[in-house]
Amino acid sequence: MKILHCPLNGPRNISEFVCGGEVVEMPDPGAATDAEWSGYVFGHENARGVVREWWFHVPTAYWFIAERDTGTDEILRTFPASHVFGRAPP
Amino acid sequence: MPLGLIRHGFRGRRRPRRTLPPAVRLRPRYDVAIIGAGGHGLAAAYYLAKDHGITDVAVLDKGWLGGGNTARNTTIIRSNYLTPEGVRFYDESIRLFRGLSGELDFNILYSERGHLTLAHTDAALRTMRWRAEVNKHLGVESEMVGLDELERLCPHLNLDRGVRFPILGALHHKPGAIARHDAVAWGYAIAAARRGVEVHQNTEVTGILTEKGRVTGVETNRGRIACAKVLQAVAGSSSLLAAMAGFRLPIHTVPLQACVTEPLKPFLDPIVVSGSLHVYVSQSARGELVMGGPTDPYALYAQRPTLEWKEGLAAPMLALFPFLAEVRVLRQWAGLADMTPDFSPIMGLTPVDNYYIDAGWGTWGFKATPVCGKRMAETVASGKPPAPIRPFALERFAAFRQLGERGAASVGH
Repeated sequence: MKILHCPLNGPRNISEFVCGGEVVEMPDPGAATDAEWSGYVFGHENARGVVREWWFHVPTAYWFIAERDTGTDEILRTFPASHVFGRAPP
Repeated sequence: MPLGLIRHGFRGRRRPRRTLPPAVRLRPRYDVAIIGAGGHGLAAAYYLAKDHGITDVAVLDKGWLGGGNTARNTTIIRSNYLTPEGVRFYDESIRLFRGLSGELDFNILYSERGHLTLAHTDAALRTMRWRAEVNKHLGVESEMVGLDELERLCPHLNLDRGVRFPILGALHHKPGAIARHDAVAWGYAIAAARRGVEVHQNTEVTGILTEKGRVTGVETNRGRIACAKVLQAVAGSSSLLAAMAGFRLPIHTVPLQACVTEPLKPFLDPIVVSGSLHVYVSQSARGELVMGGPTDPYALYAQRPTLEWKEGLAAPMLALFPFLAEVRVLRQWAGLADMTPDFSPIMGLTPVDNYYIDAGWGTWGFKATPVCGKRMAETVASGKPPAPIRPFALERFAAFRQLGERGAASVGH
């Protein structure tokens, strides 16, 4: 069993989580060209090494960010999204 | 014991026949460099030499011949897809596979078994009727079968109604087959080498050289090679190589695990797949049960098998074949699958001129080895992707024209 440390719920079995993909900035949907938008939707970096990803704890519907090494399958760090995107709304 | 055989064995000195020419010096210039000496890359090299007379070709691999996903797949060959583009493409592959042992003069142990996709829900039955109709319309043998016919085709299957997900019917695809995967890679390598193609193992590409948006060569750990055209065929590492060439792909690299059991007497003729239970199984020529299931749940470049995956495989497998409870797992492994959002491959041109791509083969690459090699060779030789592979172009994503094959994936991933 692989353990992932959820910032809200503590250490849990990784089967309780879903990976939401790379953390990337969304272009303005109104202003983006088709190429920019398809690049955002489909063009993944898919890097080997340390990546920053969205993860979701399914039972509590909680999104957070994890840093993970895709070469070694090690989870290095997990933290609330507010650490990257400013304070979460109250 | 036939005496003649013993006498034959002792007569004369027999040396093993060298099938592939020894590795030669890497030259500084080739017409075409193919990155990846797996089935796809070697098939492309073979058809470049045979169909197009282009023999100044170097096939480069950072490991050894057929040591990546060619050696790690579960060797299932079928064409019962969902989109007309997909069905036509894979059907051409089956036709090439059938004649391949003779063409390459190398036995690939092609064995037509029939392919059964089990339905445990009404929704699955509906998708199968759809697949059967698309297939029949395009001349591919697929039909729905009920429980009586299923019992005849696969008498060991547990058709008991008293299980959690009883079997309701199946899609029977007669041309479904298995083949010896290593033999496919070796057969193509030897046949290509006979026509002058050079296979360079332990030669890792570390950079792609371009000039004004056109590829001019590749950097390797054994020096620089200048070449007019480059084909990348490196399932699992497609995004990493594309990044070297300066573009991104709609791909996630995800491990796909598989295992085989100890050998048993032949009892399982067809290939049995359950999309709802996420498992599939076939019996190899050696009697081992080759079993697979879903891909891992998140992106990863590590080829490590996990206990969770095997537990997830064993429970539904025992629902289908309860008597396998006593059978032990002999080997386990993982390959790296290039998963695309629409479950279709990516073949053809790239943003870099004269740099061609063969990627996105997710969990369906082995069955396309001959046709993909043939069509990519045509693309490299002429610079234009031929009609059958045009729908699979990388640019389909920019145009939002995906080719949805998820409904025909062997198991839900």
